[in-house]
Amino acid sequence: MITHTNWFKYSSPATFYQLAGKLTPWFFAAAILFTIAGIYVSFFVAPTDAQQGEAYRIIFIHVPAAWMSMFIYIVMACWSGIGLAFNTRLSSMVASALAPTGALMTFIALWTGSLWGKPMWGTWWVWDARLTSELILLFLYFGFMSLQAAIDDPRRADKAGAVIALVGVINVPIIYFSVKWWNTLHQGASVSLTRSPSMAATMLIGMLLMALAFWMYSIGAMLMRVRCIILERERNAAWVKSVQGDER
Amino acid sequence: MNWESVSAFIAMGGYGGFVWGSYGITAACFAIEIWLLLARQRRVRRQLLGQQ
Repeated sequence: MITHTNWFKYSSPATFYQLAGKLTPWFFAAAILFTIAGIYVSFFVAPTDAQQGEAYRIIFIHVPAAWMSMFIYIVMACWSGIGLAFNTRLSSMVASALAPTGALMTFIALWTGSLWGKPMWGTWWVWDARLTSELILLFLYFGFMSLQAAIDDPRRADKAGAVIALVGVINVPIIYFSVKWWNTLHQGASVSLTRSPSMAATMLIGMLLMALAFWMYSIGAMLMRVRCIILERERNAAWVKSVQGDER
Repeated sequence: MNWESVSAFIAMGGYGGFVWGSYGITAACFAIEIWLLLARQRRVRRQLLGQQ
């Protein structure tokens, strides 16, 4: 017999709050396990790079952080857009909860890129297309967050933020394809969907494990933040008062 | 095994500062985000208890 799950049930902040609370520890546990496995492969299994020596080991956090910075932005723009189009409260709350983690990933990508650029290129920073468009991504996250923080009415803040998020999404393909479209100091993609990766298998496995770790961490952090946002915004709702009792 | 000694591991072939500077700041960023989230969670719950 087929049992039907009513997924729309979870679009209510009250139900989602409980679900998110149950799921959060699992995502953080997965993040820790993937990090342990990823660090082990990155430092003890993956060989020294022929050209870059040990400095290349920065790739194991640089690339996952850069992927997450772009991916989180796209997801944030999608939820913002859904919130704008269908006026669903929870989608906008999820978008707001994603922004700080996305900004953090962008900062990590820029920071580790800089520490990788210095020994390999001889400079901390260049105004090339890849680096500049990634910096613009950081400013888009900041713009989204500060605009939302500046508007008192949460529903209006959601709408204003959605406009920035949706307009800014054009920047993501620019970041991704910048190394193809322009002559950049930044190297081309080592991993792409259309051809086999140009790196040793163990290096690739290390990078994918770390990417999974960053992914799980981001979901965990997003769930934690969305629960705070739900309580802050729904503090006058009856269910919030009833939830307090059986909270941990 | 890539490393002959602990000091070779820390030195990272002369790139220790760059490699550990990357991993250290990344770990610190995650730790700070979690710490801020826990603080926010406590603050919200305290406020809710206050208004009851």
